[in-house]
Amino acid sequence: MKNKLSWFAVPYVVWIALFVVAPIILVVIYAFSTADGSFTLDNFSRMGTYAVVFGRSFKLAIIATAVCLLIGYPISYLMSREGPRFQRVGMVLIMLPMWMNFLLRTYSWMSILENNGLLNRLFQSIGLIDLYNQIAMALSANPAAYEPITHFQLINTQGAVVLGMVYNYLPFMILPIYSVIVKLDRSLIEAARDLGANTFHVFRRVILPLSLPGVLSGITMVFVPSVSTFAISKMLGGGTEMMLGDLIEQQFLGGAYNPQLGAAISLVMMLIVVVCMVVMNRFGEGEEQAVML
Amino acid sequence: MSKELIRLRDLCMAFDDEPVLNNVNLYINDKEFLTLLGPSGCGKTTTLRIIGGFTTPTSGDVLFDGVRINDVPPHQRQINTVFQKYALFPHLNVFENIAFGLRMQRRADPADPTGKKKVKIPEKEIHDRVMEMLEIISLKGFENRKPDALSGGQQQRVAIARALVNRPKVLLLDEPLGALDLKLRKDMQIELKRIQQQVGITFIYVTHDQEEALTMSDTIVVMDKGSIQQIGTPEDIYNEPKNAFVADFIGESNIIDGIMVHDKCVKMYGREFPCLDSGFEENEPVDVVIRPEDIDIVPVEQGQLVGTVTNVTFKGMQYDIIVDFKGFKWLIQTTDHSPVGARIGIKIDPDGIHVMKKSAYSGMFGDYSSFSEEYDELDDASIELDEEESWDEE
Repeated sequence: MKNKLSWFAVPYVVWIALFVVAPIILVVIYAFSTADGSFTLDNFSRMGTYAVVFGRSFKLAIIATAVCLLIGYPISYLMSREGPRFQRVGMVLIMLPMWMNFLLRTYSWMSILENNGLLNRLFQSIGLIDLYNQIAMALSANPAAYEPITHFQLINTQGAVVLGMVYNYLPFMILPIYSVIVKLDRSLIEAARDLGANTFHVFRRVILPLSLPGVLSGITMVFVPSVSTFAISKMLGGGTEMMLGDLIEQQFLGGAYNPQLGAAISLVMMLIVVVCMVVMNRFGEGEEQAVML
Repeated sequence: MSKELIRLRDLCMAFDDEPVLNNVNLYINDKEFLTLLGPSGCGKTTTLRIIGGFTTPTSGDVLFDGVRINDVPPHQRQINTVFQKYALFPHLNVFENIAFGLRMQRRADPADPTGKKKVKIPEKEIHDRVMEMLEIISLKGFENRKPDALSGGQQQRVAIARALVNRPKVLLLDEPLGALDLKLRKDMQIELKRIQQQVGITFIYVTHDQEEALTMSDTIVVMDKGSIQQIGTPEDIYNEPKNAFVADFIGESNIIDGIMVHDKCVKMYGREFPCLDSGFEENEPVDVVIRPEDIDIVPVEQGQLVGTVTNVTFKGMQYDIIVDFKGFKWLIQTTDHSPVGARIGIKIDPDGIHVMKKSAYSGMFGDYSSFSEEYDELDDASIELDEEESWDEE
């Protein structure tokens, strides 16, 4: 050790070795071994069966991330332009749901989206479902055979899963973008205006490129938990829309008990996420700081 | 100087009923280097922002080439600004920073006879004009650097080039040298003056640094409390200050109560002094300005006045000594050392005496009794920024 202070690093090194490096090594060992511990590549060759789950997971996570960006960026931008009091209140309102338990929040969406849930009852009471039945009957080829619906299918759909992800992870998109935009030097905007830029050009040529680091870290912070979630897909997707998180959980805790396969799937997912992040960081390179996970 | 370019007519400005400008009237000539000089909160930055179009005056007019431009937005004025902290775009390199304004421009298509179609400036022309600017600011070869890889002085020059490349008729500079160290500031003063003469356009410069103003300006406008105190050449402002505020703000001054006995004779300390001023009433009470360097120290018996040295500071080129004349302390700059406690006589030549009419500022300045504090304040002045009128406010 070069200096005395280095000794303070020891606990952290031990911590990282025990809880970061060791588990990854274990996952790798598991992924390449059979149940009795001998080396195999079977776990990876069997993974083709689950291509659909991989595809669905990444699709839903990308959609959720895109929706979060589309909602989060304008909110961050507009909020940063308001007065300090408005900004404080807005920040609290965005953070408030995050202080409530994650499962509780997702359960409440269940009771809203259920077949007999809040939304469907609302649609019923304002006559939306009847209206739908009338229009659908009139449009159908054989009106006599038309079976009227009693509710819209909201829960147990991919849409519900995306909704759950967006609802839970939106603050993670807003916070980094907002904190970058709000720190943006106002004189840069005045300088751009002075040099002949109209409102659109000020946004396009100055604000947007300078907020890119926030956008990239927002995307990371929403995409990574989205792609590996299992609680949301279980509760709002009803198990019919199985995602990677559910698949892995099954291998360790569920009936399909097969930790070796679970480890292999985890490893592949991790590699894909790392590759995505590296590509994105390349893309954002030169835009000041790197995006942190 | 040539023709008038900008005129400010009865300009008034108030933020939240707090008056910032009171009836400012000013005209600015083409190709002139004009400095708005004053302490923090005097309204100089607000005046600049009104000319730039970032602030709308509460009342009064801004005329540009005889046309009222109060409601013309900044990007449609033939005026560009160099901001206090440069405000270079951190995500663009030097070339793109300078090219920014050119890329925003649209002009009539030469191929379109109706002249209605607007086109961008061709890339070739942008390149040539940016390179020409880099030449002027002596930063050739730096075009691919990001602003944060430049020194403060280089960033400053890029900011100037970014504004000048648009070929404005007027360049506004808001304390552009405030963030630089003393040595660099002096170099940049000369550099700025050179650039102004090379491109031949009007510079309107805002500063609280009187030395900067004296060095560079063709015309200085001294402001305080939202009003113009005096307009004139650097020599006029220094030699013929209009009131005690101007005399005190520009350089060092001893300001003494006096009585104008008759033309070319003023009475101080009960003694008559010959001077060159005239045009006052007989026996009119006046303020008399005597610059510290215009006072000669002589043996007591030859002195027009006799006082006691109370403080001596070595300043390199000269000694600053504080001398007590019947309770009123003067600052005298001399190359001869006089020890504290010495009795000395002084002599003032007629052209070293400047007589001013009494004003609201009479009695507020010009006494060096609180010598040490005053010096601290002066030293701080270069660091201090205009908080009340920073560019943040809308």
